[in-house]
Order: sequence, then structure tokens, then C-alpha cells
Amino acid sequence: MDNGTLTGLLHGLPGVDQVGLEGRAATLATRSIKKDSKIWAIDTAISMVDLTTLEGMDTDGKVRALCAKALHPDPTDSTCPAVAAVCVYGDLVATTRACVGDRVHVAAVATAFPSGRASMDVKLMDTKQAVADGADEIDMVIDRGAFLAGNYAKVFEEIVAVKEACGDAHLKVILETGELKTYDNVRRASWLAMQAGADFIKTSTGKVSPAATLPVTLLMLEAVRDFADQTGTRIGVKAAGGIKTSKDAIRYLVMVNETVGEDWLNPDMFRFGASSLLNDLLMQRQRMRDGHYSGPDYVTID
Amino acid sequence: MSRVDVRKTHKLFIGGAFPRSESGRTYEVTDSKEQFLANMALASRKDARDAVLAARSAVAKWSSATAYNRGQVLYRIAEVMEGRREQFISEVSDSEGVSSRKAGAHVDAAIDRWVWYAGWADKYAQVIGNTNPVAGPFFNFSVPEPTGVVAAVAPQDASILGLVSVVAPIIVTGNAVIVMPSSSRPIPAITLAECLATSDVPAGVVNILTGAPAEVMPWLAEHADVNALDLTGIVDEGVAADLERSAAGTVKRVRGAAPHADWQATPSLSRIRAFVEVKTVWHPMGA
Amino acid sequence: MPFDYAPAPESRSIVDIESNYGLFIGGSFSEPTSGGFFKTINPATEEVLSEVAEAGQADVDAAVAAARRAYDKTWSKMSGKDRAKYIFRIARLIQERSRELAVLETLDNGKPIRESRDVDLPLVAAHFFYHAGWADKLEFAGYGPDPKSLGVAAQVIPWNFPLLMLAWKVAPALACGNTVVLKPAETTPLTALAFADICKQAGLPPGVVNIITGAGETGRMLVEHPDVDKVAFTGSTEVGKAIQRAVAGTKKKLTLELGGKAANIVFDDAPIDQAIEGIVNGIYFNQGHVCCAGSRLLLQESVADEALASLKRRLTTLRLGDPLDKNTDIGAINSSMQLSKIEELTASGEAEGAERWSPTCPIPDKGFWFPPTVFTNVTQAHRIAREEIFGPVLSVLTFRTPEEAVAKANNTPFGLSAGIWTEKGSRILWMANQMRAGIVWANTFNRFDPTSPFGGFKESGFGREGGVQGLGAYLNVEDPS
Repeated sequence: MDNGTLTGLLHGLPGVDQVGLEGRAATLATRSIKKDSKIWAIDTAISMVDLTTLEGMDTDGKVRALCAKALHPDPTDSTCPAVAAVCVYGDLVATTRACVGDRVHVAAVATAFPSGRASMDVKLMDTKQAVADGADEIDMVIDRGAFLAGNYAKVFEEIVAVKEACGDAHLKVILETGELKTYDNVRRASWLAMQAGADFIKTSTGKVSPAATLPVTLLMLEAVRDFADQTGTRIGVKAAGGIKTSKDAIRYLVMVNETVGEDWLNPDMFRFGASSLLNDLLMQRQRMRDGHYSGPDYVTID
Repeated sequence: MSRVDVRKTHKLFIGGAFPRSESGRTYEVTDSKEQFLANMALASRKDARDAVLAARSAVAKWSSATAYNRGQVLYRIAEVMEGRREQFISEVSDSEGVSSRKAGAHVDAAIDRWVWYAGWADKYAQVIGNTNPVAGPFFNFSVPEPTGVVAAVAPQDASILGLVSVVAPIIVTGNAVIVMPSSSRPIPAITLAECLATSDVPAGVVNILTGAPAEVMPWLAEHADVNALDLTGIVDEGVAADLERSAAGTVKRVRGAAPHADWQATPSLSRIRAFVEVKTVWHPMGA
Repeated sequence: MPFDYAPAPESRSIVDIESNYGLFIGGSFSEPTSGGFFKTINPATEEVLSEVAEAGQADVDAAVAAARRAYDKTWSKMSGKDRAKYIFRIARLIQERSRELAVLETLDNGKPIRESRDVDLPLVAAHFFYHAGWADKLEFAGYGPDPKSLGVAAQVIPWNFPLLMLAWKVAPALACGNTVVLKPAETTPLTALAFADICKQAGLPPGVVNIITGAGETGRMLVEHPDVDKVAFTGSTEVGKAIQRAVAGTKKKLTLELGGKAANIVFDDAPIDQAIEGIVNGIYFNQGHVCCAGSRLLLQESVADEALASLKRRLTTLRLGDPLDKNTDIGAINSSMQLSKIEELTASGEAEGAERWSPTCPIPDKGFWFPPTVFTNVTQAHRIAREEIFGPVLSVLTFRTPEEAVAKANNTPFGLSAGIWTEKGSRILWMANQMRAGIVWANTFNRFDPTSPFGGFKESGFGREGGVQGLGAYLNVEDPS
């Protein structure tokens, strides 16, 4: 698609009223989820976590600890579900895959994560290497500079190329909403990514603030809903960065439930990109199980 | 044996905290009978510099708080001051040498002044702003916005009532202020700072520098990140004129000296008007 | 459904409801001289909550006399500064007791706790807070250097936002120096009676606020009382006209806030997801018991089908049920009488050929309920497009051009509010300029604020509540000649 056509398409999408969108997210956040529904929500949220470490100081040792936690998040309770995936930098994929086997997904960030500022060759190499080492999911970043400069075709072509380099691996496309700034941009970037072949659209790298927020995720859920209506294809959503508490996570699930419905309430269609969230989910799970508040000594550091 | 009391160390109030002057200097304050009351921090130009930083970082959030919220914060200051009424009365009585009854009237007026200004927060825009019936198919409206960071000198007498009368109208519209209280009667200002620190006033909205206005104000008058000056408490006309000249270097808005105003009288809107900028917006009206 | 929300009830134990209440006259509760009591029920369960007094003529006389005494001896002599402080105290007490009052409002009215907690009560406190600040600043309000109060105000309020309507009436009246006798609606007296307790806690001088409960007859006696200087009424247009007739020829000042049939206009370039929310909020908020409800949806014909499909999909996530459940979106209809009215008009909609749709909605066995309903293929000639239903029933019409939208929106004897949804700023302003309505919401709906004047054009009433304009209703603003 040439840039002119793509621009016409994206700029023809309905606008987003910021105040209205944020108001709707705030009202949904007042839902009170208790008892059985809370237990279900906590377990579902755990099963949707992409347990993540993306630090310059990551080592094999760190990754091994994370993998162990991913497989058995609560050592005191074997009924606790495993997470959805472990998410690492590309050069740690091999270690990760060796630890987890086939029991959880292995997601690698790629394409010069987090900035996306590198040549296309480098980005594709990044992707292919991760897939070769055993990643079955790739989290790529879009070129925000190209997007903000109006070069939608470049962003589109990159996604298409990375999707091809993924082979059978599923592709999450990170929009980096904190740099796109306006909700109109987020809607356009969502549609662009979906049209270009994304399996998932993802809010953020977690390295820029604000990362995931309820309103921005609501908007992306509306986009996947509309895309499914129009094309029949269902795209997943991943909210990443800044989601720290079970209360937050449950609010996201409420939004999924009331925007796109129960078909998205599973790890194949919705994910949380998080690290410290898991321990809060575990402590809430323990509270629901034991009837009293838990504490940091009763969950593990990884 | 009567109890030995615990005496307060009086420090500055900057960014919601109580630091000593970076210069380490203090000066003595006595009561109306020349008896020692306390050593006050003697603010330096660096303290003033820090205060401007604190004020500037507070403005964005304070000015974007809803008017209702600002009104409630100012009312809360009155609630907390009311709880400390006796302390204020004794401090005013000691510093100014007036009877408890007179000090009481003074303190009550100061508390009531907060209430008066609290009630303006969500109204001044309705009185100072308006729509303008321009001759064309345009919607045109004028809104008052806070000017930003204001440096102020409170009156030398009326230690608490004058101070409140200067500070409240500055902050009610969303400005942040660096204020120098009376140098001879500064103690009630510190008690006020303690009230502010416990009244949900965001850090940096009010900063209090005790010391000598003649030493510190010239730095604030020239400071490029201060938007306006309130010279109310400057007694010396020459000093006031110098400060006004310094302010011209960055085209600051200046409210002139008025050291002996009648602080008991009900104010007009002029102190609110002095520190707002009016913005006017045009938008066509067409299908 | 994997994600069924478990019941999340707000606790009732926060509120203590007496088994019966007298009339609040001259600062204390007293038995009605006629001795009559009537029941107030919870419309969600039909349980009796309490019995409240029925004020007869002697009681009305006593209340007006108490208000007059308080006015002459205390309130009109008090400085604005002191009046302000009493009203600030009331505002702060309401904030302190907000949760309790919200639960009480939900029990008596049937509205969801989320709304009474998050919308009604915050606005109630805000109205008192805003108006408190005017009490000693009236010379700045543009009504002259020393505007005077009117005297005793008789105020009759409806059942849809009981405590909020009380706040809209009492706060400006007191701020401007008047004393009041207020009659809450017969189906929702309890929060007004709790407010009486708040007046006592605030130390408000006795007789400044008097609350007398009763039905239509009590209201009639109150507004017709010869020693009342000002009458303020919010309610149906029919009763408003009767009051206007009754007050004619007297010197009483009158303001009326009556019914509406607002047009909510959605253009092809509306921010559509937010517009859908605005449509839903416009008619289903408070079960549609809102005078300014967006009860006529005007969809630009080119996007009507798409918008309707989105709207219907959105309605399937509305939760109807126990108003005390924090997840309830649609509460109970306030009374069996109101339910009958809604049913009658809805039946007429079907009879006149409009197409009716509701999402599947389990209805509880006890209580008064009506599912959110949409009528499509409605035209201006249908009763459901002309008459106020005051229920969760939306009538959908179409238009082709902005001029046509304006014409249809204005084609009604009502004129309370209107909504406009479009991304184009100039069109918002052009449309707002053309609307014959007292409130115009653009890209939002049902937003209220004490600083923002509220009131209607045409048969939706006259006078404004809130803002600087609202003060005029309670001040003596006429030239001496």
C-alpha cells in the first residue's frame, strides 16, 4: 500500500475524544470484583503474565531464576497456574528455552528494542536469531519516528518484513503509546499494525513513561473489536509496563470483558507484560485462599 | 518546680520542607519589650534560588488542579489555623505587644481571610472572565490564568493578617509564591508554614523565607524565572523603586508597595487580578 | 460466562433509618398536627423503609412562620461572612457523611449506589461549597453594590435526584440570605430528613431551613401560602403550569425547572466510541429519570446503521439489578406509578409503528424495573418522540444535514438541553448557537457543576440554578420602579 492510500485509510478512522475515553476507563475501573469472580480473575491474570526481564545486567543466572518462577510461581501451592510466557532479550532466548522446555512460551524482544533505531538488516537479523534460538513469540517495536513523520508505509513494510522473518513465531507489535502521545495516533498505529499482520498489538516497551494505562488499552481493545467486526480476524492485546497490582490487573480484565468479551479472556488473546505484578497477584491469591493479608516474605524474589 | 519547655528551632519553609538557610546565618528576634524570642534563619540568595525552583515545579500541578480543589485546600488551611488559634494569638501578642483580645481579632481576621479567598477559587473566573460579542461569526472568550511564580514581601506589621492577605490571593488562582514575612515579627509566619504543611497544600506552592527583604528581594526581582513581584511590605520608597527598576529587566508584573494598608477591611478583587493573565480565544462558528 | 461478577453489595449498616420521622420545623422535629403518616418504600424490594409525616395546613403555616421568624430575627441580620461559614460547615458535613447519605439515597430512590456515591453526593457537597463562597461576595456578582434577599422561599423538589435537588434549591437560597421551607417528593423524603440532621450538626440557627414532608397537596399549600416571597419548583411541566397559575397575581417570585425531550445529535464525524458512551449515559443514567436526558437520538442517516449496531452491542453489557450492588448500572424505577407511565408510553411506541429492542435482561421478582429500551424508525410525529417518558427508553430518529438536525432538535415545546457529537469545532459552536435549549453539551452529556447555570427555554421552565446567573433567583433584582 502506498503512503497516500495508507494515510487516507488511517486518517479516515473515527477520532477519539480524550475526556470521553478516559471517563469510560474510569467508570469501568469502579467495577468491584469479589469472591469467586476475584479468584477466577487472579488465576486468569497469572496465566496471562509474560514474566519479563529486560535489563542490561541480565545474565543466565537471572534468567534461570525467572524461568523457575514462571513455571511454579507459588512454591507453597502447586495449584497456582503457570504464567503464559517468559520474555527476554534475544541473546538469552537459548537459555530460557532450555529452562522451560515447551511448558510456557518464550517471547523475545527484537528489532533494536526498545528504541527501534537501527537499520532494517539489523532488525531482521535480531528477529531471525531469536527465532532460531527457540523463541516462539517475537515482541517488535514500530519505528515511532517514521510514524510521527507521517511515513506510515515505512512502518507498515517493517512489520510485514518482521512477520515474515518470524516464520511460525507469533508477532506482537509494540506501539510505544507513551511516544505516540495522542489517542488518535494510537488508534491509527493499532490499525496499521493489524493490517500489516500483527498477531498481537502491545502498548509499550516498559522503558518509557507512561507505559500501559487503562484508557490506552481500552482504545486498543476497541480497535481489535472493530477489526474483528470488519475482517473476521481476531488480534490479541498485550498491556505492558506500569501494571503493578492485582487491582490494576483485574481492572484490565474487566475492560477486556466489557469491550471485546469473553473470547479474549485467555492467554491466547490477552497478556500482561510485567515483572513485579506477579508477586502481588500471588499475595492476593494467598489472601483469598487463607483469609488474611499476605506479605513479601511469602512470595519469592526471582 | 515548673516544667522546662522545649523551644522551637525556626527554619525556612521551601518545597514543603523546613531547611535551615544554606548560609547557616541566623538573626535575633525580640518581643515588644526587647526580650529574646528566637533566632530566625536569615535567608540568602541561594535560599531564594532554591525557593524559585520549588515554586516553579509546583505551578504546573497547582494551576491545573480544579478550582474546586484549590478552594477546598484554602478552606482546609483555615480549618487547621482555627485549631491553632491560641498559639497564633500568643505569638501575635508577644511579637506585636498587643493584648490577647486584640491579637484574637487579628488572628480571627486572618483565618476568615482564608475562608474569603477559598470562596473565590471557583468564582473569580466568572467575574474576571467573559465571552466577547465580536463582530463576526466567531465564538470569543476571555479566561484569567495564573501568571506563575510570584515573589512577595508581606507587611512589616500585621504579622499574620498582613501575611495571609498577601499570600492567599496569589495562590488561590494557581500561582506559587515565595514570600518574605515581616522581618521583625516573623514567628507567626513559621506557625503558618506548619499549618500549610499539614493542609494538603502541595509542596512548593508557598515558600517562606525569613530574613531581610533588602538583601534578598533584589535577587528575586531580577530572577528570570519569577513572573511577578508583590512589593506590599516594602517600607522604603527608594528600595521599592529600585526593585521596580530591576523587575523591568524581564518585564515582570509588579504590584507596588502598600505597607500600611487597612488589613481588617474586606479586600477587593485587585490582588487576584494583579497576578492573572487574561487569555482570549477565537473560534469560528459554522456548520 | 467465565467472568461473572460476584455480588458486591455496599453495606447497609452505615445508615440508621428511624421507624418514623416528624416534620423539621424551627430547628427540631415535631409531630404533624394532622397526625397523618405515610410510608416510604425501597423501590427495588418494595420493603417499607420508614413512615414520614404528612404536613397539613397548620404544619405548613408553622413552617412558614418559623422561616419568617428566623429570617426577620436572625438570618437577614447576619453578615454574609457568617452565613458563609454555616454553609461551609454544611458542605463539609455532607462530605464527611457522604457514604451514609449515598446509601440512604439508593435505598429510598432506587438508583445504583455507584451513581449516588460517585455523582449525586459529590455534586451535593460541591453545591454547598460553591454557594457558601458567594454569601459574602454578592456585591461582585453583577446584581448591584448591595443586593438584598427576598425573604422566605418555598421549594418543592422531585424524586429523581432527591438530595441533589435539595442542594440546588437550599444552597443558593441560604447564600443569598433567604430562609427556606422545602418539601421533598413523597417517594423520596429520607435524605432531606437526614439533611435536617446535618443542619442541626452544623449549628444552623433554627428555622433557617425547614423540611416538611407530604404529597402534592402539601406542596400546593406551601406554594400558595401568602407569606412566602419566592417559589422554586422542579418537577413535571404539568404541575409547573399549575404553580405558575397559582402564583399569578401575587408578588411571589417564581422559577421553574420542568421537563425535557432533549435531542442528542450524532454526526458522521463524531468520535464514535465516546458518542456511544454519551448516548448511553444520556438516557440510561439514573434509569432515564432525568429532565435533561438525551431521550431523542438524532443520528446522521449515513452512519445510522453502524451506530445503532454499536449501541445495541454496548447495551448488552449494562447490568440491571440490586441498586446497592456496586456493579449495578441500571437501578429500579422509582415507583409503580412511574413504571405504569413508562409502560404506557412504550406501548404507544409499538402501537404507532416504531421498532422496539431491549438487550436480554434478567428482571428481579420484587420491585419496579424496566429494561433499557431502544425504539428505531421513530419520527417526530410519534408520541415517544414528543412526550417525556422519564424512563430508560431511547427514541432514535435520523437526519441528513446540520440544518435538518437543528430543525428537528428544536421542534418541541421543551427546551432544556441538547447534545452534539462531532469532531468539528466550528460545527459545535454553530449548532450550539442554533439550539433552543438552556444547556448544550458537546462531545459529552449529563455533566453538572455548581458553577454552571442550569435551566430551560420554553416549556422546560425559566430561571437558572447554579453559577452567577443562578443567584438572581434568590435576590431582589428588580428596579424599584
